[in-house]
Amino acid sequence: MPPKVDKEKCDGCKAQQEPLCEQVCPGDLMTLGEDKKAYCRMPRDCWDCMSCTKACPVGAIETRIPYQLGYHLAKLIPMMGTNTITWTCIDINGKVERFRYVNRGRLD
Amino acid sequence: MSERNAPKDFSEIPTEIIETDILVVGGGNAGCFAAIEAKSKDPSLRVTIMEKAHISRSGATAAGMDAINTYIRTDKGETPESLVKWSRAQVGGGPIREDLALSNAEILNESVEMLEDWGLPIVKDEDGHYKLRGRFDISIQGEQLKPIMAEKAMEMGAKVYNRVAATNLLMQDGRCVGAMGFGVRDGKFYVFKAKATIVTTGGACGIYKNYTSDYSGAHHQTWMCPFNVGTGYAMGIRAGAEMTSLEQRWVAVRTKDFSGPVDTLSVGYGCLITNARGEKVLRERYAHLGGDKAPRFVRLNAPMMEWLEGRGPVYVDTTVLDEEEAKDLREDLLNERPTFVLFLASRGIDITKEPVEIYGSDPYIVGGHTGSGFWVDIKRMTTIPGLFAAGEAAGGSPNKFVGGCAAEGRLAARGAVEYLASVQLPEADPAILSREKERVFAPLMRGPAFDGITPVEMEERLQRLMDEYAGGISQFYRMNEERLDYALNNVKMLQSQTQYLFAKDLHDLMNAHEVVDRLDVAELLIHHLKFRKETRWPGWQTRMDYPEPNPELDCFVESRRDPSTGAVEVFTRPYEQLIPGDRTQG
Repeated sequence: MPPKVDKEKCDGCKAQQEPLCEQVCPGDLMTLGEDKKAYCRMPRDCWDCMSCTKACPVGAIETRIPYQLGYHLAKLIPMMGTNTITWTCIDINGKVERFRYVNRGRLD
Repeated sequence: MSERNAPKDFSEIPTEIIETDILVVGGGNAGCFAAIEAKSKDPSLRVTIMEKAHISRSGATAAGMDAINTYIRTDKGETPESLVKWSRAQVGGGPIREDLALSNAEILNESVEMLEDWGLPIVKDEDGHYKLRGRFDISIQGEQLKPIMAEKAMEMGAKVYNRVAATNLLMQDGRCVGAMGFGVRDGKFYVFKAKATIVTTGGACGIYKNYTSDYSGAHHQTWMCPFNVGTGYAMGIRAGAEMTSLEQRWVAVRTKDFSGPVDTLSVGYGCLITNARGEKVLRERYAHLGGDKAPRFVRLNAPMMEWLEGRGPVYVDTTVLDEEEAKDLREDLLNERPTFVLFLASRGIDITKEPVEIYGSDPYIVGGHTGSGFWVDIKRMTTIPGLFAAGEAAGGSPNKFVGGCAAEGRLAARGAVEYLASVQLPEADPAILSREKERVFAPLMRGPAFDGITPVEMEERLQRLMDEYAGGISQFYRMNEERLDYALNNVKMLQSQTQYLFAKDLHDLMNAHEVVDRLDVAELLIHHLKFRKETRWPGWQTRMDYPEPNPELDCFVESRRDPSTGAVEVFTRPYEQLIPGDRTQG
């Protein structure tokens, strides 16, 4: 079930015509439900590219590995900075690791 | 949105007609570079990009990239010729279009450096050169690769139509004068009239079933972007364009159960492929074919042979890495396939203590990796006047990857700019437009009582058929004439049943056209596989009834489907060696 939306956090990007996850999803899979919260219309069709997860301004989307492939419960949370990205990874044993690096600009 | 704007009746469907000088179909890597090049050659040109998704995160590089696999370090003695020689050896000596490969190579470095100028972080060595991780591979921190290219295309003034899926080329008097499609979100029928059209729709994924495929959760656990379905090829096939080398399928060795990159581990970090007995597979069993540097299809087929012969599972041995290297490696993976890092976490795998399991992928048709795609001339014009192709869509020149697809996008744009100076925009034929509008929207208009087939049902039927009968992964990529005949007969049956496809909304309608496109690609692919009665690239193309290479087939296999009769003609073109030397040595 790749993108899992936290209904408490998701505000449907309020005034936007389309929430950012819907705008960006390469598979046209994220959309708004009748409750004005985002959801993935066809979880089997997700490519796990995490574009929606990166784009969500309130951190409401979590990308999950389908249970058919990976055990419950690991997490990978991206935080987008101006020219950096920070990832927090938590494995099924609770081990936490952080990765932070430049994603825009020359490396001289 | 797609539910809200789905038209219920043909009379409700608005038609939007856009006139442009250059139409780029598909705003991925090659498409963005094509648009940028056209605008930089002549800023007054109207350049329009038709994009099925949203250009900021569409196509094969949506998740990012961790390397550019082709860059020529001239200070290390490499040249465009040495790159082409290497590329030729990687596909077992070809045949490859050395003319195309050389012209790409000549502007390759410049294209990569453009990316750095636009803000792509490229890793440097202590001398300030791009840091090599393999002979031609350089490391990038490419999480933002796609947004960077997209922003540049828009900054240069290309007009982007997001969420417009292309369905057919607009043909007039034997030449291409644009393309048609529909708005996946707004439900409009779109007509783009263009003096020149460049197809950069990527390759075809989902022709074959992948082994993790199941209905509920992991259908798209594919290496190639599953939203690239071969629409560009299919539109060309329907218009009678000549296709080349479809039988040279790209199948890659990937991490098992989750399609993570293996080159990053084996090439970038020196982790060797080992079998269940701990033997170094390539080094010990494939030394005669180049060992660790063996051609790509050998590196794919070797692990699968280990499985077949009882020496699987097979791994890349990451236990040679220390903690710091293991962290660097996962940082690279986060740039290209972030969820692979999540996958490792979900298995609780510490890669310094246990190796990473690998396996083959499902087969893809991708002209940026192998030679499949449109037959093009040196200016990247297809056999249809006015229609150009670049990147994964253009055939003949394998191992292009990110840098080569960028270079080829630019070359196609130059060809298009030159071509359009001599042509006028014709009036669109209203009969063609209304016929296409009806074809495109028909699956939405079947009515509530219609007893038909969903796009997903047809897609799954096709994928299992191709997997079992046309050399998919469940068959360890093997096929024979009788199975290919069975596959072809059933693809034709599926094509005859597309009239029963129905769509409940615009997303479903997109899926319906995706399966129609995949069927056309599959049909021609099977013809190519049937024609090559030999085994030239085991794994990519394995004929059990013709297990050896046939010197008489050391040539390109070509096909063309007659748009009026549907008859498929398969023929050959000769290979021309431009760079002398042993073709199997890089």
